Amino acid sequence: MGNAAIAKGALAAGLNVISGYPGTPSSEVLETAAKTDKDIYVEWSANEKAALELAAGASYCGARSMVTMKQVGLNVASDPLMSLAYVGVKGGMIIMVADDPGPISSQTEQDTRTFAAFSKLPCFDPSSVEEAFSMVADAFELSEKYHTPVIFRPTTRVCHGYASIDIPDKEEWFVNKPTGFERDPSRWVIFPRLSYKAHTEIEKRNRMLSQEGCKGNCILKGSRKGIASHGISAAYVHEVLEGLDDKPSFFKVSMPFPFPEKTALEFLSCVDEVLCIEELDPVIEKELTYVCGKYHLDVKIRGKLTDDIHPAGENDPTYVRDAVQGFVSGVCPEREETVTPKLPARPPVLCAGCPHRASFYAVKMAMRNMKAVFCGDIGCYTLGNAQPLDMVDTCLCMGAGVNIAQGIGKIEPDTYCFAFVGDSTFFASAVTGVINGVYNQANMTLVVLDNSTTAMTGHQPHPGTGRTMMGDIVDKIDIEAVLHGVGVETVVTVDPFDLENAVNTVRCVAALEGVKAIIFKSPCAVIIKQGKPCTIDKDKCTECKACIKRIGCPALVISDGKVTVERSLCTGCGLCTQVCPVNAIERGAQV
Amino acid sequence: MTNILICGVGGQGIVLTSKLIAATAMEKGSPVRSAETIGMAQKGGSVTSYLRIGECSAPMFCRGEADIMIAFEPAEAVREFACLRKGGTVVLNTHAVMPVTAALTGGSYDPSVMEDFLDRADCRVISLDAEKLSAQIGSPKVMNMIMLSAAVRSGVLPFSLEDVAEVMKKTVRPQFVEMNMKALYNTVL
Ligand code: SF4
Ligand code: SF4
Repeated sequence: MGNAAIAKGALAAGLNVISGYPGTPSSEVLETAAKTDKDIYVEWSANEKAALELAAGASYCGARSMVTMKQVGLNVASDPLMSLAYVGVKGGMIIMVADDPGPISSQTEQDTRTFAAFSKLPCFDPSSVEEAFSMVADAFELSEKYHTPVIFRPTTRVCHGYASIDIPDKEEWFVNKPTGFERDPSRWVIFPRLSYKAHTEIEKRNRMLSQEGCKGNCILKGSRKGIASHGISAAYVHEVLEGLDDKPSFFKVSMPFPFPEKTALEFLSCVDEVLCIEELDPVIEKELTYVCGKYHLDVKIRGKLTDDIHPAGENDPTYVRDAVQGFVSGVCPEREETVTPKLPARPPVLCAGCPHRASFYAVKMAMRNMKAVFCGDIGCYTLGNAQPLDMVDTCLCMGAGVNIAQGIGKIEPDTYCFAFVGDSTFFASAVTGVINGVYNQANMTLVVLDNSTTAMTGHQPHPGTGRTMMGDIVDKIDIEAVLHGVGVETVVTVDPFDLENAVNTVRCVAALEGVKAIIFKSPCAVIIKQGKPCTIDKDKCTECKACIKRIGCPALVISDGKVTVERSLCTGCGLCTQVCPVNAIERGAQV
Repeated sequence: MTNILICGVGGQGIVLTSKLIAATAMEKGSPVRSAETIGMAQKGGSVTSYLRIGECSAPMFCRGEADIMIAFEPAEAVREFACLRKGGTVVLNTHAVMPVTAALTGGSYDPSVMEDFLDRADCRVISLDAEKLSAQIGSPKVMNMIMLSAAVRSGVLPFSLEDVAEVMKKTVRPQFVEMNMKALYNTVL
């Protein structure tokens, strides 16, 4: 897997410290590093900002460090990132940010190449698993040579692509010995004067790098038509070119920032027209247009900005093939469309036995016929938006719901404002929102869906789980105590599967003034041992289907026209037994 | 070069099958590339895995380039059908998995419509009820091995049942080896 190759590439290049916050498609880098080498320091940090700062500290001591996150995580870490670009580092430091064209599992299609240009940091963009492996070492070298953190941005298809690659034996891996922190306020303390000086030097360095380029950038000379590409799209282009007789010239950009101006000039000098095939932003396209203008070159640059390439979404091999062939031949290849029978949609839903379902249902019942708004968060519980629960009114970014609920409450004082957060996101970014609410006298109910894990991204530990990535058992950070500590007086912990109690609790707590909290505590259905499935008493069941219509558990199915329990899915959580109006569902014998 | 597409629904063992094919091909000395859409696999969504055995530079291939499609579910086979090359092979598990939302939204479908579509299409279809076959062997966990067995027997994959067995023995826990061997060798089409 690409992510594993990045981890091993980093280890082979002398990695000492790796930190990060889970996020698809980046999470396996840190996990592989932790599994492969027990001598390095590994941590899942509370959020991306914490992770980046930790890696920077280690690098100040001469350690080679890496911090991993997904693209939206970089937004959280952007404050230290922007300043660190000025201050610089000592040991090599890589900021591994996985981009997600599509987006397949993200809330934005932001391009970290653009972020690199904004922060003025060198950026590497691997196009295959093997390139990802070898490029990590180049990235560390460049980082140390220029005392700057560097950005490494693979995309989903590189992160989650597999390839057979050769990895040198552990004995041959480079070992980096940190030299320790040397006190030097003129270097490590950021001041306006220092920033001015650093800014000047950064611009000088970047201009030099744009002349130097990197080894990954390459040109294959062909006809007077040219293709410029990057990342996984470059791999797709490469394959199309192999099958063509009259091959266009090809420019692969592996270091999009600083843009390799010298190499670009060489490429532009042998073509009349260029098609830029990119994912996310038209970075190469704009740079080539700029170079053409700067040197008065009569080359036509096409791509996203000229509507030759789609503005958003992922490039798949078929799309790239058609684009290249259309560009080379001048006629768009026709696509054969097969008419298929109508296909069933398979939208993602909360798992059978998921405690979030019970929590959402309890709040829904408690707030029936009342004016209420439900602000959601990023995680499995975003799926609470699906029918029949329909319990997510807003979702912006991690932790945002807490403050959005407060904002709505300020304008609509007669509305019961709820904010749902997960246990991991509570620590990552909701705590400050709660403090804000307490301080500014907000009226809202915080609902913490505590399932003791980070389920969405693959069950990573977090501050509330009492386990660290180094395998140590540590004191759990108690969410209830944290809330009390920041001034939330009413904090009630309840088991969501005890439905009546849960509904009553929500009603009582929501009626109180100020910021108050309910913690729904029940472990994720995927990590606990499955209980005995429930059974439906066919004599009692009236086929009203209320169970299905109210909670929509995927284990409740209709078979031969009758409501039945799919025994392989049912966890025996018992929620349905509490919603059936005629008590026709019985719990399985307890184990 | 052999292009393989494996498709089905989260939880059917697609990723596992893909890994086993990759490991077997690599054991035989062939380079392998693959890519998966794992997204929300756990939650009953569609899952596809692209696998390429032989020299190539990208982990995914174009529409109409799969030599074989190993489909764990009839509707998913039709959904991914455009990937198959003309005259390609489809190994089809005829056991339908209704969407988890079917009970709620009435989104169920008739699997025979999917089978009819494949029967009329330009491809070779090898159908089996892997669900039933695995129940006969005694565990739903061997369904992927039954599918793989049928795929190997189709002759499209560049290795034999023995090659798979060798690799399987190394990766599966000892107590499951026998059951998997049964699935691999006793699958009657
Ligand atoms: S709610 Fe009870 S009576 Fe109604 S369909 Fe479900 S099991 Fe039968
Ligand atoms: S007990 Fe009821 S609600 Fe819980 S998993 Fe089983 S069918 Fe679903």
